[in-house]
Amino acid sequence: MFENLTEKLQSTFKRLRNKGRLTEADVKEALRDVRLALLEADVNFKVVKDFLATVERDAVGQDILESLTPDQGVVRVVRDHLVALMGTTVERVKMSSNPPTVIYLVGLQGSGKTTSAAKLALMLHHQGRQPLLVAADIYRPAAVDQLVALGAQIDMPVVHQAGLDPVALAQLGLQKSRQLARDVVIVDTAGRLHVDEQLMAELQKMQGKVPAHETLLVVDAMTGQDAVRVATAFKELLPLTGVILTKLDGDTRGGAALSIRAVTQLPIKLVATGEKVDALEIFQPDRMASRILGMGDVLTLIEKAEQALDKDDTERLAGRMTSNSFNLEDFRSMLNQVKKLGPLSKVMEMLPGMGQLSKFKGQVDDSSLVRVEAILDSMTVKERLRPDIIDGSRRRRIAKGSGTSVQEVNRLLKQFQDMRKMMHQFKGPGGKRKLAKMPFPPPR
Amino acid sequence: MDEVDNVANFWERLKQGMARTRTGLGDRLRTLFTGREWHEDLWDELEEVLYEADLGSGTIEYLLGQLRKKVQQERPKTADQVLQQLFEVMVAELGEPRPALTLDPGGPWIWLMVGVNGTGKTTTAGKFAYLLQQQHKTVILGAADTFRAAAVEQLVEWGRRAGVEVVHQASGADPAAVAYDTLRAARARGVDLAIIDTAGRLQNKVNLMLELQKIRRVVEREYPGAPHEVWLVIDATTGQNGLSQARIFMDSVKVTGIVLTKLDGTAKGGIALSIYHELGIPIRYVGVGETAQDLLPFNPRDYVRAILGDDNEPSR
Repeated sequence: MFENLTEKLQSTFKRLRNKGRLTEADVKEALRDVRLALLEADVNFKVVKDFLATVERDAVGQDILESLTPDQGVVRVVRDHLVALMGTTVERVKMSSNPPTVIYLVGLQGSGKTTSAAKLALMLHHQGRQPLLVAADIYRPAAVDQLVALGAQIDMPVVHQAGLDPVALAQLGLQKSRQLARDVVIVDTAGRLHVDEQLMAELQKMQGKVPAHETLLVVDAMTGQDAVRVATAFKELLPLTGVILTKLDGDTRGGAALSIRAVTQLPIKLVATGEKVDALEIFQPDRMASRILGMGDVLTLIEKAEQALDKDDTERLAGRMTSNSFNLEDFRSMLNQVKKLGPLSKVMEMLPGMGQLSKFKGQVDDSSLVRVEAILDSMTVKERLRPDIIDGSRRRRIAKGSGTSVQEVNRLLKQFQDMRKMMHQFKGPGGKRKLAKMPFPPPR
Repeated sequence: MDEVDNVANFWERLKQGMARTRTGLGDRLRTLFTGREWHEDLWDELEEVLYEADLGSGTIEYLLGQLRKKVQQERPKTADQVLQQLFEVMVAELGEPRPALTLDPGGPWIWLMVGVNGTGKTTTAGKFAYLLQQQHKTVILGAADTFRAAAVEQLVEWGRRAGVEVVHQASGADPAAVAYDTLRAARARGVDLAIIDTAGRLQNKVNLMLELQKIRRVVEREYPGAPHEVWLVIDATTGQNGLSQARIFMDSVKVTGIVLTKLDGTAKGGIALSIYHELGIPIRYVGVGETAQDLLPFNPRDYVRAILGDDNEPSR
């Protein structure tokens, strides 16, 4: 998600890395680039100013200038400050000890409130809650229909009634939650401008009758400098408890996340990363900061892997990978495991250094994976176990059977051989050293 | 609708939006610049205001570069004069005001609505249909957003308000097929204009952009020369990602103009100026509210006034 900013910072720091020691002028120059990168990432102008002032103060310190790897020193200072800016802890949606928990979703038009309401309901349901949705957007044409359709899709009840105003709808929602024994009430409100006094007053009135445990501001990750003004205005008028950042699966650099946090202190609790109803994730501030600096989101990947993968299978495969007898049959089970992690492009994003590869992004899609699978499936078990026996005539047969070309089969076999070689290297002495050559120091 | 009325209306609506915010960007600049001597330090203030309006570094550097040249030549004494020069540089960059919404005879004209999620494509399609219907044009709407839940219902509601037929299929149908049906219906009814609303899609989703290209191909095949307009709808709150949106939608489906929506808030939509500067896609309409009358032709002077602050100079 922040790959463009990542690229910028990496090129900045690459220049630093080529120098032996840092001068004060070097730091200043690097920070000029950081400034531009942050502004291009839509981080608020004032936030950038303050941020750089503190970074400079800490980076032009003696300990950095005298350190052996000054670039790493600067990276660390920038990263630490980014983490500090975004909050150091994971903030979850809190449940009331006295149910039902009432959650309001508020925000500008088109930020993604209705979709987020359904996603949140599904997420909480997976955590063992029984949510109920309230369709309180009576202004946008068919907004109620949209929530009803989403509710049907995820099998959650949706409260709506033509002719009722939003205040009455919130009250009806609360009442229904008791009747239906639901322990969470999610109120989807109409999109409104923060400067629309009448509609803002309506929200206050709703919360006067049906008090909120959580009021989450839904913000489009593509928002520019206005994010701060919007968040500040909503926070002045409503008891906001957090932010849902949506459309993070786009190629936006998402600086709004930083700005909102820095200016309003509101925690970003959830991020929406796709159009499907399960594409909602807990926001991880420290991981996000690492991601900005090109350190990848390895932790998220590991967590996903733990959820999706069969542990015995994984361990068996890990053993096989470094053994000399790693064959196409193993490769195929590996692919199947990877597929469980989700779309390939998303998995790629989480790996360190992939920022630089973003130009290939359009190409690394799951359809290429489908072709690889077809080729593997067109082989006999014997061929997969002993790839050496695949000669010219077998290659032609495999190509025909999989609907691909001999060239594609050749490419796959070549890639497989390369992979085998590479794994062998990691096993041998010095394998660790190769890993240590990763561009950035691991998080402390 | 009279053009002069429209222009006044645009400014009035923007001013309302600005009046509601006590911290209008340009207003702060006004306070800072009024009655002061020009000083080199004030460059930073100009830069800040342009950044806070989401113009982006490339365009800001260009505009301030132009301004520097002017300042060197004309040696203005007061800060006000420099601000006035910046105003002129920006207006000149944006070109002529756009004409009011009209439809040339000799249709059917085919329009496509495209953009990322949540920018207001469906609403804008509805507004176009309503306004042209008011001008006694016959319009037909095509609901090719078959993905988002209830998007079809939303367009049908706009069709009902405008008194315009809406061609639609079940949710989940092939959008290119809906586009095809819309064109067939447009031909059969002999309408003046067919507006095809498409699903919001993030520009980095390769498959979804291919789907959009397919819709365009279907239109091209049915009506040589069509689509006559491809409207990229951009939300005024959008930051620098707007450039990426414009670039990729342009490459995919040859955008002909931008509709800048939600300008009635505190966001100034400066990214649209950057898009015009870098890609040459003109801003042609702006959305300043939720009713059909709130869709107005773009006026460069009013737009720049909104960015740099009020009472800059009489509008004309």
